[in-house]
Amino acid sequence: MAGLTDLTLAQARDGLLAKDFSATDLVKAHVEAVEAARALNAFIVETPQRALADAAASDARIAKGEARPLEGIPLGIKDLFCTKDVQTTAASNILKGFTPVYESSVTANLWRDGATMLGKLNLDEFAMGSSNETSAFGPVVNPWRRKGSDVKLVPGGSSGGSAAAVSAGLCLGATGTDTGGSIRQPAAFTGIVGLKPTYGRCSRWGIVAFASSLDQAGPMARTVRDTAILMRSMAGHDPKDSTSIDRPVPDYEKALGQSIKGMRVGIPKEYRLSGMSDEIEALWSQGIAWLKEAGAEIVEVSLPYTKDALPAYYIVAPAEASSNLARYDGVRFGQRVAGRDITELYEKTRAEGFGAEVRRRILIGTYVLSAGYYDAYYLKAQKVRALIAQDFATAFGKVDALLTPATPSAAFAMGEKSDDPIAMYLNDVFTVTVNLAGLPGLAVPAGLDAQGLPLGLQLIGRAFEEETLLKLGDVIEKAAGFTAKPQQWWRA
Amino acid sequence: MSVDTKTVRKIARLARIGIKDEELEPMAKELNTILHFVEQLDAIDTRDVAPMTSAVEAKLPQRADVVTDGECAQDIVKNAPDHLDTFFTVPKVVE
Amino acid sequence: MSTKHPHEHNSRLIAGATGDWEIVLGLEVHCQVLSRAKLFSGASAAFGAEPNAHVSLVDAAMPGMLPVINGYCVEQAVRTGLGLKAQINLASTFDRKNYFYPDLPAGYQISQYKSPIVGEGEILIDLADGSSRRVGIERLHLEQDAGKSIHDQHPTLSLVDLNRAGVALMEIVSRPDMRSSEEAVAFVKKLRAILRYLGTCDGNMDQGSMRADVNVSVRRPGAPLGTRCEIKNVNSMRFIQQAIEYEARRQIDVLEEGGTIDQETRLFDARAGETRAMRSKEEAHDYRYFPDPDLLPLVLDQALVDSIAQSLPELPDAKKARFIEAYGLSPYDAGVLVAERESADFFESVATGRDAKLATTWVTVELFGVLNKEGKTLAESPVSAAALGQLIDLIADGTLSGRLAKDVFEIMVETGSDPAVIVEERGLRQVTDTGAIEAAVDAVLAANPDKVEAAKAKPQLAGWFVGQVMKATGGKANPATVNALLKAKLGL
Repeated sequence: MAGLTDLTLAQARDGLLAKDFSATDLVKAHVEAVEAARALNAFIVETPQRALADAAASDARIAKGEARPLEGIPLGIKDLFCTKDVQTTAASNILKGFTPVYESSVTANLWRDGATMLGKLNLDEFAMGSSNETSAFGPVVNPWRRKGSDVKLVPGGSSGGSAAAVSAGLCLGATGTDTGGSIRQPAAFTGIVGLKPTYGRCSRWGIVAFASSLDQAGPMARTVRDTAILMRSMAGHDPKDSTSIDRPVPDYEKALGQSIKGMRVGIPKEYRLSGMSDEIEALWSQGIAWLKEAGAEIVEVSLPYTKDALPAYYIVAPAEASSNLARYDGVRFGQRVAGRDITELYEKTRAEGFGAEVRRRILIGTYVLSAGYYDAYYLKAQKVRALIAQDFATAFGKVDALLTPATPSAAFAMGEKSDDPIAMYLNDVFTVTVNLAGLPGLAVPAGLDAQGLPLGLQLIGRAFEEETLLKLGDVIEKAAGFTAKPQQWWRA
Repeated sequence: MSVDTKTVRKIARLARIGIKDEELEPMAKELNTILHFVEQLDAIDTRDVAPMTSAVEAKLPQRADVVTDGECAQDIVKNAPDHLDTFFTVPKVVE
Repeated sequence: MSTKHPHEHNSRLIAGATGDWEIVLGLEVHCQVLSRAKLFSGASAAFGAEPNAHVSLVDAAMPGMLPVINGYCVEQAVRTGLGLKAQINLASTFDRKNYFYPDLPAGYQISQYKSPIVGEGEILIDLADGSSRRVGIERLHLEQDAGKSIHDQHPTLSLVDLNRAGVALMEIVSRPDMRSSEEAVAFVKKLRAILRYLGTCDGNMDQGSMRADVNVSVRRPGAPLGTRCEIKNVNSMRFIQQAIEYEARRQIDVLEEGGTIDQETRLFDARAGETRAMRSKEEAHDYRYFPDPDLLPLVLDQALVDSIAQSLPELPDAKKARFIEAYGLSPYDAGVLVAERESADFFESVATGRDAKLATTWVTVELFGVLNKEGKTLAESPVSAAALGQLIDLIADGTLSGRLAKDVFEIMVETGSDPAVIVEERGLRQVTDTGAIEAAVDAVLAANPDKVEAAKAKPQLAGWFVGQVMKATGGKANPATVNALLKAKLGL
């Protein structure tokens, strides 16, 4: 049954409907793959029994002709989504043992559509990181390796577990969240597709909050089609989330294959960083050529405030996080470290429960909001954010989408950047602009570098024009013919 | 702007994160690296710019005044590290 | 009714050992909004449930929870603002006020800092000497109430109940216009009456639905403002008075001995009758206010504000003025009646279409006298407005004399029966038949010749005859007729 994990989600869906195989077999194959891939450390907790029980129920429905859009499809869920009666940790010690009595709206949508869960996927603690090296449950290993090397590479972050699991064929798709690039960057590092939807497109209810004005849940899968299918189930208005937008959800899959003739694609000159690797430059030019060939008009545009996005992000995100993480105090859930008084209880619980990166960001966030500094930092950053949004608005007056590299490099080695927070933050240089403006962004694998590691391109669109991105992404995917998969060295 | 160890202690207290004396200096250094990085925003003229208040263009949606929730005290305390009946418990606070 | 300008005061200074002092008072009154559900969650806002029974996941600040605003609470705030003759801000925002305390589960309170829903207004306070003065309102904003920590039920633990957490509060901030404890109490009394008239808060201080933070400072007359101390959560009128008097005296004593006042947050200890510094609020709080990213700006339609304005009930000041004008009531009596909407409505129901003086006496003297004696509220009155009105009608049409009416009233109080029924059943009809009265008078005169002689000499003694005639007629003779006849027959 090993072949079943080589299918795309779309192929699996169609195969189930055609009764080529059962949901039980499909899930069994994936459960086995998950068990065999523990060296990747992609999963924090595995839920094979639940998956198999769901598969049996799905088989019954399929037999009755009552299949729902994702019937029987095994997925991995980033452990930032609260899942009812299944441990949810946000990869943090402070949430050890926390078992929600409620289900996040996005995952509820997936179960509503018939999907099942193989387990909760590893991530950077509280979604803060770009390499999945800050998890309290240990780092995730990128299934990809450099040619002739067995050095462990990072899968990117924070949705590192999601990216690794999808890339390694452990699940047919996964949920991720993206606050500064946490879906797109790991997708690029692992050669898969990742979509950060427009802010407000997917509900945030039941997702452990990091930075409320930036967080968005999104799908990660091996193909653009798979991503579109997942997106349709995940998206939708939620009255429990005041920032959730009430707009109908299109059938995203229908956007694929449509002609892009006449579509204007912008190339922002500020994304051409000095010192950018030749390979990335080349890939970008290749992407431009593919789109041109498919009939798109290529336009150079300018987004002058691009370089200010990272600093603005590293003010706004920690500030919001410092407030969102105040609830982790050992009183109502999670781990508690005893103290002689309430202050000691708080201080010990939080010092021991939070990892170094989280502590650092909470302190920065607390500082930039503190008396006397609010105007200079937070208010300033929100103004710069308005300028960045204005940049995009201007550009989208001339073009329908933007094409940029997804990351400044291919996946790097574990430990290579973990001593230098700024070097780590620079991983997000191409992606944070999109979160600050609340726009949608799609990462598509486009080629391999000289060391055989995947490189991705990014498409950025207007608010709620995910279909445009999927359409363009489909063209790139077809043109790139990216069929490379990581060798399953972990089965050795 | 940079922070000294005294400020680090103050911020850590505001954030209720315990910090040992020997951790103050290294943390101050780390924070200063980040602060130095974000300070490049100072160079931008934002005098006439309105801050971005929200990433969505919308009005605050409102709910009807109907009781739709609660009556689940057991669920509320279910994950508590310590509770007495349906009360949460903490070390005694003196006012 | 004289309305004094806040700065035209005279004898409200306190004499100290070294000269006069002026007290400057400002109040922040927290008023629980009357609503079924809480401000940002669907849990019940009702008082008195089992611990944590009226708590939703949102109120408990579980991971991933988000606020959704209760539109009715917004309306109640607008209604209150209009009742305070205040500016309604069509656009307002919610901010997070960040601090740690066990009864604040999220580690922040959602409040309004920079842009509150209601701006400047005023209240007219009524003082014992019959004068009134304006006290300015600076603002009214909506915010969440906190839960309750109970510190005296267990030797080593504090118990936390979040039932109250998230209930909608209106924080009403006065300008520092008050200069005595009397004025402060009058302010709270009037505010409470207005809120109860509007139906936006029940003002039950003993249940905690209304509580005041009192800011007290002292200064030499004409000097700049002194350092103030805030006395938190004072929950009765009496305590407000006592706390102010104690605190003012404390501050004066310190200053007269050459000391300085530390800006402090203090508690009023009712048992000891003194204020003392709060331990937990020793450190200066840096609340790090910033706009809540989970909520969008609140935008009100002018049409909604207008429709609320049109539906406002007549408020105490207007009703008092109208009662004085329409019913000829004294300002004192009018003031007593309008203190509660129920008594004003009761009075008006009795007085409409009837003699105002009679109505006033029967309501404020006779009925209120009985209720006070029996410790009953108007709601518990054995005599309804309709019944009392009927009694007055029976006086007006001559069926009852004043004295008989009092007897009937006593029976009404005891039995709850209607006056007409009582009159019929007990034959308490007034005797107005002159012939019958004359016969009774003649009989008494004839039976007491020596007293007749005495009365002719000393007319005051004629009163004895009145009493005898009344006895002989079972109290039913019309007193005026008796007097007239006696006068004639005695030649007085």
